[in-house]
Amino acid sequence: MTAVAAPPRSQPPKLAGRESAEANRRRITRIAWMLLAPTIIAMLIVVAYPIAVSIFQSLFTDSSGIDPKTGLFTKGGFVGVQNYLNWLLQQCQIGGKSQACPAGSPQAGFWNSVFVTFLFAVVTVALETVIGIWMAFIMNRDFRGRGILRAAVLVPWAIPTAVTAKLWYFIFDPSGVLNTVLHTQILWTSDLWASRWAIIIADTWKTTPFMALLILAGLQLIPEETYEAARMDGASKIQTFFRITVPLLKPALVVAILFRTLDALRMYDLPAILTGGGGGGGQGTTTLSILVVQQIKQSNDSASALSTITFILIFAVAFIFIRLLGANITGNAEKQRKAVAKEA
Amino acid sequence: MTTVAGPATGIAEKQSGEVYSTTRERARRRRQGRAALFTGIQAAVIVIWCLLPFYWMVVIGLRDPRYTFDPNPLPSHLTFENYVSAFDTANGNYLGLALANSFFICLVVTVIALVVGISASYALARLNFTGKGLVMGFILGASMFPGVALLTPLFKMFTDLGWSGQYQVLIIPYIAGALPLTVYTLNSFFREMPWELEEAARIDGCTPAQAFRIVILPLAAPAVFTTAILAFIASWNEYLLVSVLGNTQIQTVTYAIAQFTGSIPHTQPYTTIMAAGTIVTIPLIVLVLIFQRRIVAGLTAGGVKG
Repeated sequence: MTAVAAPPRSQPPKLAGRESAEANRRRITRIAWMLLAPTIIAMLIVVAYPIAVSIFQSLFTDSSGIDPKTGLFTKGGFVGVQNYLNWLLQQCQIGGKSQACPAGSPQAGFWNSVFVTFLFAVVTVALETVIGIWMAFIMNRDFRGRGILRAAVLVPWAIPTAVTAKLWYFIFDPSGVLNTVLHTQILWTSDLWASRWAIIIADTWKTTPFMALLILAGLQLIPEETYEAARMDGASKIQTFFRITVPLLKPALVVAILFRTLDALRMYDLPAILTGGGGGGGQGTTTLSILVVQQIKQSNDSASALSTITFILIFAVAFIFIRLLGANITGNAEKQRKAVAKEA
Repeated sequence: MTTVAGPATGIAEKQSGEVYSTTRERARRRRQGRAALFTGIQAAVIVIWCLLPFYWMVVIGLRDPRYTFDPNPLPSHLTFENYVSAFDTANGNYLGLALANSFFICLVVTVIALVVGISASYALARLNFTGKGLVMGFILGASMFPGVALLTPLFKMFTDLGWSGQYQVLIIPYIAGALPLTVYTLNSFFREMPWELEEAARIDGCTPAQAFRIVILPLAAPAVFTTAILAFIASWNEYLLVSVLGNTQIQTVTYAIAQFTGSIPHTQPYTTIMAAGTIVTIPLIVLVLIFQRRIVAGLTAGGVKG
């Protein structure tokens, strides 16, 4: 994560003048680390240590499994990357041999879950970005009742995801209000694609306002003079949008999309409650997070391997994002924005 | 109109002949009126889209269970019975307990995360030291971390400590979850503080700690308060950890809502669930509407989802 390091900005406070600059700097570093210590210790205990344990555990096999041939408890031990291979190749260790997993077992659904997770991430983030830009544009206009609009937009954001899931579960009920209004008989929570769309719709409803607020904050930073200058030069509305709004909005937009994508890739609450990961008679909406939780109930070692794979996937996406789009997430976005404004 | 044709716009318009200017003015006003109407319609669509599902939850929460699937959009067959049965523990639902647990857990988490987070974000925003980028990257990286990856080791760790079923099982990971958000949001607020005042206090003889406590902290109060609301809401809405690490005794509201069961097996007691959902959501909606401006400022300053 050093790639996202922020260049130090603030001036060191002036300490007693009798010290040399070097000693002063060392003292400030010491104070800073003391102030940061509680945060770092907390994060080490709850994040870094579990990751280390998890990776360690994923290289072993649980000793609690029962060998179907002998009917005895198999002994646990070091198995190397076996747990990872089991996931990636969708195979199980049955009777000491690698075999294709029986249908319905978590391993058999690995690539399906990868597909489902990325499908949800791509579709929801795309929808939320487009609708979010539209919402932000309306919120940015000056009209009577703008206060109501800005307050209303915060309501879906404030509702807990668990409640959102139950609420949409009710709306999507086979005899619920949506089917009644549309005069349809769609099984929104059990049909394969209908249940996927149900989750996409509910997620888009819940999260678009957040996206819109981030984009609005970006829009408000674009100086009015830039638009005036464009109007003077006779730019059309479409030209103004693509030549001025989009490039100046890009830093804010990229950060918003990055955060949303990483969030969407670990989606759990909504599918877990809305469809239970089901759909199409199988695992139609089982995201990777749901698959991990299902696996925890069976064996820890395999679940650790899967959670490590999930973690690597998400970090890979974050890395590609930051490299390709130059997402600036450490907060000197304003400086960047000013630079873009100058160029334009 | 041909006399004023051409690329003339804006100021040039006003300088054209009087006769034409009035007709132009009228046309312009009509165009503006139409644009305003169009904006209004779009705004109305957004408001309805955002509020309709919530409105439906409130309406159904107040409706007689026998009319659950009545599509009448207006409040009808009003009853308060669902709000009573939401707190009924006969079917294994403990909404009252869950509410008390959530308030307790979220308050503890918010207070600790703020105290720890203020000191960290002060260091990050104010002091220039070796390894700052690394720390910032570490905290941000932790905030993007998939929660599921922590579940198995945390579960094992807490079981080994003999803590399972106790509040700290949720409080400790919640603090770690709220910290990146707290540090990130406070950091971006702190960067815009008038630090000259702190220096002035130092010159007047304050110690660094005094200068921060007497001068900066009161000025930062709104930022701290905003961050507190965001941390509280984030903890209130957490579901993944509690669904695996929690149990009936330490359940939070999201756990209670997700597990909600009725007296008839395989049948969702929808009206009661909607009432329970409304009860759980109302504190947040009230918070959000009162502190709307601050919350928006905090959300966009941090850029981290609450």
